[in-house]
Amino acid sequence: MPATTDVLVIGGGPAGLAAAIELRRLGVARVTVVERERELGGIPRHADHIGFGLRDLRRLLTGPAYARRYADGARAAGAELLSETTAAEWLGATAVRLASPRGVEDVEARAIILATGCRERPRSARLVPGDRAAGILTTGSLQQLVHLHGRGVGRRAVVVGAEHVSFSAVLTLAHAGVRTEAMITEHPRHQTYAPFKWLSATRLRVPILTAHRLARIEGRARVSAVDLIDLRSGAARRLECDTVVFTGDWIPDHELARRSGMAMDASTHAPRVDGALRTSVRGVFGAGNLLHAAETADVAALGGRHAARRAALFLRDGRWPATPPVAILCAPPVQWVSPSAVLPDDPPQQRRFRWRVLQVRRNAVASVSQGELILWRRHYVSLVPSLPLTAPAHWIDAVDPSGPPLQFTID
Amino acid sequence: MNDASEIYDVVVIGAGVVGCAIARELARYRLRCALLDAADDVGTGTSKANTAILHTGFDAKPGTTEARLVRRGHALLGAYAENAGIALERTGALLVAWDDAQLAELPRIAHDARRNGYDAIRDVCAEELYRREPALCPGARAALEIPDESIICPFTTPLAFATQAVINGVALFLDAPLTVAARIDGGLWRLHTPRATLLARHVVNAAGLRADEVDRLFGHTLFTVTPRRGELIVFDKLARPLVSHIVLQVPTKVSKGVLVSPTVFGNVMLGPTADDIDDKSATGSTAAGIEALLRRGRAIMPRLLEEEVTAIYVGLRAATEHGDYQLRFEAEQRYVCAGGIRSTGLTASMAIAEEVVAGLSDMGLRLEPASEFRTVHMPALGEASPRPWCDRERIGVDPEYGRVVCHCERVSRGEILAALASPVPARTLDGVRRRTRALLGRCQGFFCLAQVAEMVATTTGESVEALLRVPRMDE
Repeated sequence: MPATTDVLVIGGGPAGLAAAIELRRLGVARVTVVERERELGGIPRHADHIGFGLRDLRRLLTGPAYARRYADGARAAGAELLSETTAAEWLGATAVRLASPRGVEDVEARAIILATGCRERPRSARLVPGDRAAGILTTGSLQQLVHLHGRGVGRRAVVVGAEHVSFSAVLTLAHAGVRTEAMITEHPRHQTYAPFKWLSATRLRVPILTAHRLARIEGRARVSAVDLIDLRSGAARRLECDTVVFTGDWIPDHELARRSGMAMDASTHAPRVDGALRTSVRGVFGAGNLLHAAETADVAALGGRHAARRAALFLRDGRWPATPPVAILCAPPVQWVSPSAVLPDDPPQQRRFRWRVLQVRRNAVASVSQGELILWRRHYVSLVPSLPLTAPAHWIDAVDPSGPPLQFTID
Repeated sequence: MNDASEIYDVVVIGAGVVGCAIARELARYRLRCALLDAADDVGTGTSKANTAILHTGFDAKPGTTEARLVRRGHALLGAYAENAGIALERTGALLVAWDDAQLAELPRIAHDARRNGYDAIRDVCAEELYRREPALCPGARAALEIPDESIICPFTTPLAFATQAVINGVALFLDAPLTVAARIDGGLWRLHTPRATLLARHVVNAAGLRADEVDRLFGHTLFTVTPRRGELIVFDKLARPLVSHIVLQVPTKVSKGVLVSPTVFGNVMLGPTADDIDDKSATGSTAAGIEALLRRGRAIMPRLLEEEVTAIYVGLRAATEHGDYQLRFEAEQRYVCAGGIRSTGLTASMAIAEEVVAGLSDMGLRLEPASEFRTVHMPALGEASPRPWCDRERIGVDPEYGRVVCHCERVSRGEILAALASPVPARTLDGVRRRTRALLGRCQGFFCLAQVAEMVATTTGESVEALLRVPRMDE
């Protein structure tokens, strides 16, 4: 481990590895990737089903094959890959303390790309009352038990959530011989694409209980049942099961970013970045699902590439904006907008903003305004939580860099 | 050590913090002692889910056994923690008055503290209060400072006592609930458990929530334990900079009220609620309890509520119809009852142990110092001392201490392996949690559950499925 490097990439998932490959392709001499897990590749390592690589690699792979491809690619590109290495503390602008079996090392980089990803909110963070029994999992822990360790996890499960990852959990449960008794969502409909729903819940005859809330988990040693509330009628019902899987409801792994003191965005819970994915700290960029928890892996990887290009440019010209970007603020029912700030000349990756809603909406108009000035608006027939929404970026040249924050609203 | 014919000088029933402290105190002497617990580990009941505060006893009812033992226990455990490596932070407490009625209560509270022999309590004006706790909700009138209230690791404390007892010769029987106690010839007690039958010259009841049931096995019906449920919310470590002291409320007739406190693991705790219930195994949280805590938390420190919740715990305090500890010495029976010990038991544990052993001596137990009393040094779990992941020398000797498995709590593989091989070893995932902090963090196992389960399985010979209590096909 060198005490200095050109670019330190923190996080060896799709975003971090794609960034490392792109940095090397652009001729950056020393690129170091630190990954806290034993294996590189991130979450796709244990998402053992097809559907990865469409936008970034232009092919369809399983999660593990996709993860391997990126890990091998980064290695072949000549990046230094350090697994079992935790970026433990922020020491200065672009200096980080690393912890690993090699010991404690301080590394000074010319630029840093933060690509620490995201995790699912577990039961406790969702404030679900009841017993603390065995058999309460997240998709992450479920898929590691099943796909990385080949373990049995239960007999009858209830899946909390009905977004992409929830259907992925249903597939994993089926693979492990677990019957999914129901999927539960508080929303009036599921939040995935029809083919994926068909491949998973429809084919396996799993009922999707829409407008239902998980009210309580019961079970002394092991989960024995859950209590549900029908949000339409207020009726309570009970479902016997031995496993509860909490899926989705993503939150960025933003602890390192927050402890560094960089400016944060309240909606994404991530560092505030402009179109070039620059944070408020000179030389530090963000990428991937740290910034938009959660998009599919290919979108995260494309973000990694984008951050890499901008970081390589920064290494060459040393230019960093003198003034902070204009923040994009939003409030429910808009969940978040990413990137969460703009500068007039720096469009985001693919010239698009990504955003999410918290509630299902029909015939809604989304708009971006700065003060009285409406910069962009568009009519949407249907807005669904967790499903990717994009907004074009052509209007950013009209943003007044010294004006008030932008408002992203729907009505 | 399972030999049924062996006669123990003392058998302690209950390996919570009080029972473990008593076993440790007995281990100083040339005695054959055993420590029993119904559960599969030590410290699994009230000892594991409480507010984790080392109390001064400033607010105890003057003149009670509890007041005396909490005061003494504060000094004893404070000193022991430093030597045994139990995480302890001397944060001090601020007891806040939010309105006129509470403001009027402060002089009485300070007066009672002095009657309890605690003189360091002092008045704090609103201006100083906000300087020291800037995140407090506006509107507080004044406060009392109790500089010696401290936070302590509730997991390591009973484990340190049990470990020191075991390495000094005390036999530990887990999964051994007492079912029958019979007096036999020679005044011996025959104690039946599903695991072993033990013969005992003296018996100490430290059974916590079940102390009343054990007391009945010895023929007494002097008290009933009514569990008082306390729900606690633990907030993410990112909330820790918000609060420096234990922030207390003016107590009411029924409860000390909801507190906001840092924890030695670097989180912030909000709680507890106080509901009398009738089921001693009802350790589930409730929607009403969580909602009440969040409402109180918002009124005390609104910014706390913006952080993620890491965990929700429920502890059952062993409350009785009496206002005080039920510490009784039945000399003729050679039986001691240490029951009715509520949430202050963590603080008072070593003082209770001193008093129990003195009482046993009065009953005729010969206390001859053992040739050696080995000390313990427990793994440092607190954030105030350096952790293994950042200990260069240690990682140099054993790289496993640099191999972080639980990222949220930064727990290394080396620490988990050590916990699985310790004198009172972890045998379950919960056992690993309490000995290392693994799995207790913000992701609740998203990243490391599978890996930790594999490690426990490999060491204990149990299957991962059994550790996770996965139902078998035929169930």
